[in-house]
Amino acid sequence: MSAIEETLGQTVAAVEVRKSSMPTVARLVLLLGLLVIPLGVSDFVVFQVTTVLIYAIAILALNLLTGASGQFSLGQSAFYAVGAYTAAIMMEVYGVNYALTLPAAGVICFLFGFLFGLPALRLSGVYLALATFALAVAMPQIPKLAVLEPWTGGVHGLVVNKPEAPFDLPLSQDAWLYYFTLSVAVVIYWLCANLLRSRTGRAMLAVRDNEIAASALGVDLSLYKTLAFGTSAAFTGVAGALGAIVVQFVAPDSFTFQLSIAIFVGMIVGGVGWLPGSLVGAVFIVFVPNLAEGISKGLSGAVFGVILFAVIFALPHGARQIADWIAKRLPR
Amino acid sequence: MELLTNQILAGLATGAIYACMALAVVMIYQAINHLNFAQGEMAMFSTFIAWQLMQWGLGFWGAFALTLVISFIGGVALERLLFNPLTNAPVLVHVAGFIALFAILNSVAGLTWDFTIKQFPSPFGSTGFLGSQLISKHQAGIIGVAFAMLSLLYGFFRFTRIGLALRAAASQPESARLVGIDTRWMVALGWGMASAIGAIAGVLIAPVVFLEPNMMGGVLLYSFAAAVLGGLSSPFGSVLGGFIVGVFENLVSTYVPGVGTELKLPIALALIVTVLVIRPSGLLGRVVVKRV
Repeated sequence: MSAIEETLGQTVAAVEVRKSSMPTVARLVLLLGLLVIPLGVSDFVVFQVTTVLIYAIAILALNLLTGASGQFSLGQSAFYAVGAYTAAIMMEVYGVNYALTLPAAGVICFLFGFLFGLPALRLSGVYLALATFALAVAMPQIPKLAVLEPWTGGVHGLVVNKPEAPFDLPLSQDAWLYYFTLSVAVVIYWLCANLLRSRTGRAMLAVRDNEIAASALGVDLSLYKTLAFGTSAAFTGVAGALGAIVVQFVAPDSFTFQLSIAIFVGMIVGGVGWLPGSLVGAVFIVFVPNLAEGISKGLSGAVFGVILFAVIFALPHGARQIADWIAKRLPR
Repeated sequence: MELLTNQILAGLATGAIYACMALAVVMIYQAINHLNFAQGEMAMFSTFIAWQLMQWGLGFWGAFALTLVISFIGGVALERLLFNPLTNAPVLVHVAGFIALFAILNSVAGLTWDFTIKQFPSPFGSTGFLGSQLISKHQAGIIGVAFAMLSLLYGFFRFTRIGLALRAAASQPESARLVGIDTRWMVALGWGMASAIGAIAGVLIAPVVFLEPNMMGGVLLYSFAAAVLGGLSSPFGSVLGGFIVGVFENLVSTYVPGVGTELKLPIALALIVTVLVIRPSGLLGRVVVKRV
């Protein structure tokens, strides 16, 4: 409702656009770190880190929607599912090369998100949350429909073949997929960061901060709100497509509401509106449940909840707070 | 025709369940202006407490009364300990807090009372209501309790000092503080009441869906939908919304071909989204006028 919107506006508005990204040095160090990770670790760890990157893309996409345009979505798992199924169906049913499925997933999800954004325009706050939630709940049922079964494989889902490294590169399949995912993630990060700095991005931020003022300045509210939905859905779809390729399997029950919750929690932990935080959030949602399971098998949910509480108590603005703290203390 | 009557009655009976839970949702919404995603798990936990008390030898009503007290105190404690320190945090962080609370309650209940399904006794009995085959005493009881709670809440919010203070604290915190209302305690009171109402709903629902840690999952979805459909600012609307959702869900799965149990929920939700697009503040909700 109005309350959530106002508070959302205030909190997110506290971050300036300039601060929504990182200094160049930090970026290069991070990139270098990400480049060397797969060297000398087992394929399973590489797989896990790849999953982190995929979630990071999905969280980044939600950050674009919530952080930039101020709209709240619990339906990200639906866009992720559409992307994953697009990739899986193209590869397995039509034999398309895996790399080509990503742009296709992006375009399809963009259209889907844009169209969904149209009715969602009239809703805000909890009502938008409920509408997107409905989308997330409905989505896992769609591939199960008998009409679509020849393509989606129904309840059993589809198995996807793992691609080999091209040009005879001396890389294992997992390492190759890691670098493939990393390059996609870097491109999407770059696109997002630039988008926020562009005319479109500024229009979205204006819509988030004050709709009435924005429309008085000539910003087309419906266009930018739906555009934000479409863009966010497109990137989430690419993440979904990558997810399908890496996990080698899509099934309706992989894309339940829990996925939306995980993406949402990741965004909060990383810091709403702070793009690099997406990576931190992704690390949290991939590794903390495992850690919780390690501490206590029976109480893993409780341990996860306690850790999440501890994080939001200590850092209500997420990882962004740590970054700000460091930035303040660095010599200029 | 008989099938139609049957389905509508069955829908009203399930609708009453959603209505009870939706009242708890509206209660917390009145106090904190937000939906609490852990509401269902709180109700589940209260129901387990009632069950445990009965296992220890208390009678139904004794256990019920004690559970209400425990739930109320528990709700207040949750607010004081976990959410009050987050008052100044962004609202989205509160949502993360609800998710964390959900995970904790579900997991603790699972470990303490395990995931096997447990029978829960009905205070009304399960034979036919007034000799009818269509609706059981328990179902009629739920409908009755839903209306009783509704009138109590209506009276509370409308005519009592503390109810008015609670509403004031939620809608205009600053002005409320200026006239001497302790707004922080009002929020805690809202949590306590929502928790107690949730306990009533849980105890009534448990004989129908059976007692287990995941019993509230589906119910909470429908009651969110019901509350939003009816208008989050209106207790009456939420009860009406509960009945509409219950009846609609039943009719769709009976009369629309190809809709099994799997598509019931998406279709009910689609209806609600459609209603919301036409009437963005719910059927009976107040339109909130924003000052520019």
